[in-house]
Amino acid sequence: MRLLVATLLIAGCAVEYLVVGDGMPAPLTKDAVLAESGRDVFVDREQGHCVLCHALENLDVPFQGNVGPDLSDVGLRLTPAQIRLRIVDASVVNPRTVMPPYYRTTDLHQVAESHVGETVLSARQIEALVVFLSLQRKKA
Amino acid sequence: MRAACIAFLLWASLASADEVISGYEFLTPETQALQDDDFANPGMLWVEEGGSLFAQQCADCHTQGSNGNLEGVAARYPAFDQDAQTLLNIEGRINRCREIHLQAEPLAYESKALLALSAYVANLSKGHAIDVDIDGAAQRYFTEGRDYFFRRKGQFNLACSQCHDDHWGRMLRGDRISQGHPNAFPGYRLEWQAMGSLHRRFQDCDAGIRAQPLALGSRRYRSLELYLAWRARGLIIEVPGVRR
Ligand code: HEC
Ligand code: HEC
Ligand code: HEC
Repeated sequence: MRLLVATLLIAGCAVEYLVVGDGMPAPLTKDAVLAESGRDVFVDREQGHCVLCHALENLDVPFQGNVGPDLSDVGLRLTPAQIRLRIVDASVVNPRTVMPPYYRTTDLHQVAESHVGETVLSARQIEALVVFLSLQRKKA
Repeated sequence: MRAACIAFLLWASLASADEVISGYEFLTPETQALQDDDFANPGMLWVEEGGSLFAQQCADCHTQGSNGNLEGVAARYPAFDQDAQTLLNIEGRINRCREIHLQAEPLAYESKALLALSAYVANLSKGHAIDVDIDGAAQRYFTEGRDYFFRRKGQFNLACSQCHDDHWGRMLRGDRISQGHPNAFPGYRLEWQAMGSLHRRFQDCDAGIRAQPLALGSRRYRSLELYLAWRARGLIIEVPGVRR
């Protein structure tokens, strides 16, 4: 198996994350998170706002986007490690991705002054998404 | 590798040479109807206001005068201006006339007067096909604008091309992504509840990906405007467009 170590610079301090294959097995935080808060991160404009590009069948939210794939069965298709890496930095898996990197602060250009040096989401928010999305197991 | 690269470029240019579709086609029938009817189109208020400013300040030289009327002119802009030695868009051209022919201060970008005048002048080209010159002195602006269009930026690390070349037609929440053409601007956006320039639209798209927006009228936005005009060549000017 291909093993590579990606170094992400977060808030000024270098943290090493282990990327194994196309996944990231270790949680970003040991804090307990709830699937319920993952749902909010997925939907809220002020948080992840993933509905901009993704739809979930069991989500009662109008106008879900379709730039990215429907995630209703993502828990069947991907492991938590794979889901985590795609949220942290989908470009590791697909360099041409249109999905934003939610936990990366390096190699970005012309970032709005109000967001320089910040990740889009916090470690907790991402872990909540991983739990929430792992539970999406609707069979087609 | 080289061959693959060339093959890809060829494919990419064929794909983008496909069909140029106005943002109008991506609107709901209600919004289309609002644009179509001159009496209902809220942008016409700015055009009319511009018409009266034009009659006061510009018509001496530009109606039947030696410089002709300005019908169809906006379809050739942005254009490199030899005297100014820079790329001028319609807003810049109007301010240039104010400076050198009227000895007046330039109007601020996004001021009511400049929006009105630029909407009026662009409206004189309604129905004309966009046809800009990108050769000679205009070339380096064109290149700069193209680079901006394809460059990933902002906290979301996205390029204009990723939405408007690669994913047009898709839904971004409630918005259907169009090809991102400039032909409706200055245009009335329901979200703004007002008329706005193309550069203001650029600022909104930059802010949407959490990129630091550039200044209205800045050189790079003018260059981007030139690239977009070339990319939309042949498309009919719709000013004043109505958009969501
Ligand atoms: C701008 C559009 C966009 C946004 C916003 C976005 N994604 Fe994605 N996402 C994509 C695309 C497109 C893909 C398909 C893979 C690719 O192109 O890289 C994808 C793939 C994924 C995948 C992998 C799905 C699979 O079946 O392989 C997951 C999981 C995912 N996104 C989760 C999220 C989460 C969680 C958020 C919000 C924090 C989010 N996405 C926001 C566009 C987006
Ligand atoms: C995340 C996707 C996204 C990115 C990136 C993006 N835009 Fe947009 N843009 C939109 C959406 C959504 C709209 C509103 C619906 C439409 O007309 O496409 C829009 C509208 C526009 C319009 C108005 C089109 C019309 O007919 O009203 C222009 C022009 C435009 N964008 C240019 C740009 C430029 C230039 C960039 C890069 C600086 C850019 N966009 C980046 C999503 C995007
Ligand atoms: C004193 C005469 C004069 C006045 C007043 C004047 N202009 Fe001009 N305008 C010109 C001349 C001459 C040109 C040709 C370029 C040059 O030499 O500056 C021109 C060029 C233009 C062009 C570009 C034409 C083209 O073919 O590229 C536009 C647009 C324009 N003027 C708009 C205006 C507007 C709007 C006003 C009023 C605010 C105005 N002008 C006032 C003399 C005038």
